[in-house]
Amino acid sequence: MTPNALLQISLYLVVLLLLVKPLGAFMARVFQREKTFLDPVLGPMERMIYRVARIDAGREMDWKENAIAMLLFNGIGLLFVYVLQRAQQLLPLNPEGMGAVSPDSALNTAVSFATNTNWQGYGGETTMSYLTQMLALTVQNFVSAATGLALLALIIRGFARHSVRTLGNFWVDMTRSTLYVLLPLSIIFALILVSQGVPQNVSPYEKVPFLQSPRDTSGAEVKEQVIAMGPVASQIAIKQLGTNGGGFFNVNSAHPYENPTPFSNFLEELAILLIAAALCYTYGRMVGDTRQGWALLTAMTLILVGMLVVCVWAESGSNASLARLGVDQMAGPGQAGGNMEGKEVRFGIANSALWATVTTSASNGSVNAMHDSFTPLGGMIPLIAMHLGEVVFGGVGSGLYGMLVFVIVGVFVAGLLVGRTPEYLGHKVESFEMKMASLLILIMPLAVLAFTALAVVMPDGRAGIANPGAHGFSEILYTFTSQANNNGSAFAGVSANTPFYNITGALAMLIGRYWLAVPTLALAGSLARKKLVPPSDGTLPTHTPLFIFWLIAVILIVGALNFLPALALGPVVEYFMMIH
Amino acid sequence: MFFKHLVTSILALLLFTVITGLLYPFLVTAIAQIAFPGKANGSMLKRGGKTVGSELIGQPFSDPKYFWARPSATSPFPYNAASSGGSNYGPLNPALLDEVQGRITELKKADSLNALPIPVDLVTSSSSGLDPDISIAAAAYQVPRVARLRGLSEDRVRALVEGATGGRTLGILGEPHVNVLNLNLALDESSTKTGGN
Repeated sequence: MTPNALLQISLYLVVLLLLVKPLGAFMARVFQREKTFLDPVLGPMERMIYRVARIDAGREMDWKENAIAMLLFNGIGLLFVYVLQRAQQLLPLNPEGMGAVSPDSALNTAVSFATNTNWQGYGGETTMSYLTQMLALTVQNFVSAATGLALLALIIRGFARHSVRTLGNFWVDMTRSTLYVLLPLSIIFALILVSQGVPQNVSPYEKVPFLQSPRDTSGAEVKEQVIAMGPVASQIAIKQLGTNGGGFFNVNSAHPYENPTPFSNFLEELAILLIAAALCYTYGRMVGDTRQGWALLTAMTLILVGMLVVCVWAESGSNASLARLGVDQMAGPGQAGGNMEGKEVRFGIANSALWATVTTSASNGSVNAMHDSFTPLGGMIPLIAMHLGEVVFGGVGSGLYGMLVFVIVGVFVAGLLVGRTPEYLGHKVESFEMKMASLLILIMPLAVLAFTALAVVMPDGRAGIANPGAHGFSEILYTFTSQANNNGSAFAGVSANTPFYNITGALAMLIGRYWLAVPTLALAGSLARKKLVPPSDGTLPTHTPLFIFWLIAVILIVGALNFLPALALGPVVEYFMMIH
Repeated sequence: MFFKHLVTSILALLLFTVITGLLYPFLVTAIAQIAFPGKANGSMLKRGGKTVGSELIGQPFSDPKYFWARPSATSPFPYNAASSGGSNYGPLNPALLDEVQGRITELKKADSLNALPIPVDLVTSSSSGLDPDISIAAAAYQVPRVARLRGLSEDRVRALVEGATGGRTLGILGEPHVNVLNLNLALDESSTKTGGN
């Protein structure tokens, strides 16, 4: 790792961690319905929403009613995104005359944006009208992220409360998350992005003359460059903050219009983890012991740093087959060197590897480099980051509640080892909680591996492969890993915009989102009903370095048991082929 | 209960569609168009009142008198800014080696005297297929060729390269990069002024 790479990564982590407390404390105030400095502006809007949408903001609900509200709201959103894509050719704000999206692609995209996955089988600038980008995709970027935040707020209350049935009101938490957290941050961030060069307009695509005309594949001269435009900045801001990750353009944040400068890149990378990191502090505040939040944040950060080091190291290395052709891949003052296929010069190696690790740790899935062209080990890191279950930061809300499930498992296993009844924050962990936690930990790997196996044996699945050999297997594994974990990044060579991949992918995304969200709500509902168990000498403290390392070990062991065999068939084989 | 939440779902979605799907993007558009009109409309480069390209979107060059940009995997022609894309070749894909070998052959054909090692970014395609930049090493590799073919001194060409170079932000972030379109536009202007070319 070059000194500059080390400096960039350290600066990133320091700024991120410095923002955790102020934002985390603010979000705790939002969830607990306390006064904030935004009340004068947003208070009237909030009350208007409650009035018009017939929300009884003073009424709390149990876990089941909250789950029903969440599922209905997401279902209606999904339907709306589907219809809008199918009808976009009839609607305004479509200067490029985009036609209706195909049924299977529209279904996949609707599921993808409603589940906060933002897997994209389509290319944005060749498929979606500006109206679809704004009304369907930008809106889902907000409400799917707000759904994650609301679920987390409900689940945290389950961990904080004793002897009650209710967890709060989904509608209130979702509304307040959107208005007080996502909207103000997005407005500020979008404007900073415009200042860096991200377009924000509803003009038709711009046409400019080429200085030197290239020829197309048929040999004809192309005189004009048609440059895609649109309301880009407003979508990019929320796509990063809400861990959505769905790009305005096909190549996402590698596109110079989505991410024009190293500074925009730094801020976008920051935005990917910002809310997920700050939520750890929010959690600590809401359960009345900030040490609990810091412990989870420490565990997440340590795993992230471990993966980062490997990814930067792998991508800085040279490709022996290119070296044989006389290509200079050494880092030096004149170039970043390393594996530059599928990477942008302004970002170089350090920022591409940092982004890849961060975007897959969070369930963001936006990319600023093509993961498909990463070295075998460099490309294995994003896979591992997702295989851990998107709990290392993870999606806004969903990451932390996933992590809390691992905490329950950790406490339970530790309790078994010393022969005491496991407890966490004054709740006894009993058989119902463990059943839910086991379900949560097993469903995701089952979905990933079953769909991967299906695609590998079916001709329709194999038809999507772009690269030969072990790398082709990695492409399929990545596709389903990404969708079942609601990440949305891709080994993008895979041709996934086919009925087979669109439909299996949509199923994987639905399982990954709701099959995890509902049992976690049930778990929280069960915890809230329990009587307070006062801590005793035998209580395992859950904020100590010992517990942090224990938690990391549980996460890594579960991940390894589930996925080592699959990884051995893909990136590991490719690595050994590469060094031979 | 089910019906009540269904009604709320529909009404809430409508409200949030108006707030986050219309008010939010149009508010940002309005402020952006007033505060940063150039950037909000694509950072277009003007020469003599005419738009000649975008500073952020690269263009392809194969004429040896120009600095070449990076290879681009967009289809059906390179630097197609209406359809961005990378090659997505894995590191062991034979197609990647063919592309790199082909590019090296072209570079050598345009400048057979050049014995400098070829910088990796000059033979690999970018992620977007629209990368506006090359590395400083990739520009330095091409300086002797461009200077010779344009009848300019190497020092003069180097000065133009420096004028098109962007450093790291705050000296820390990103990598130094040379904007190829800016550089080639400056080259054309410089050649016209000195009567060369």
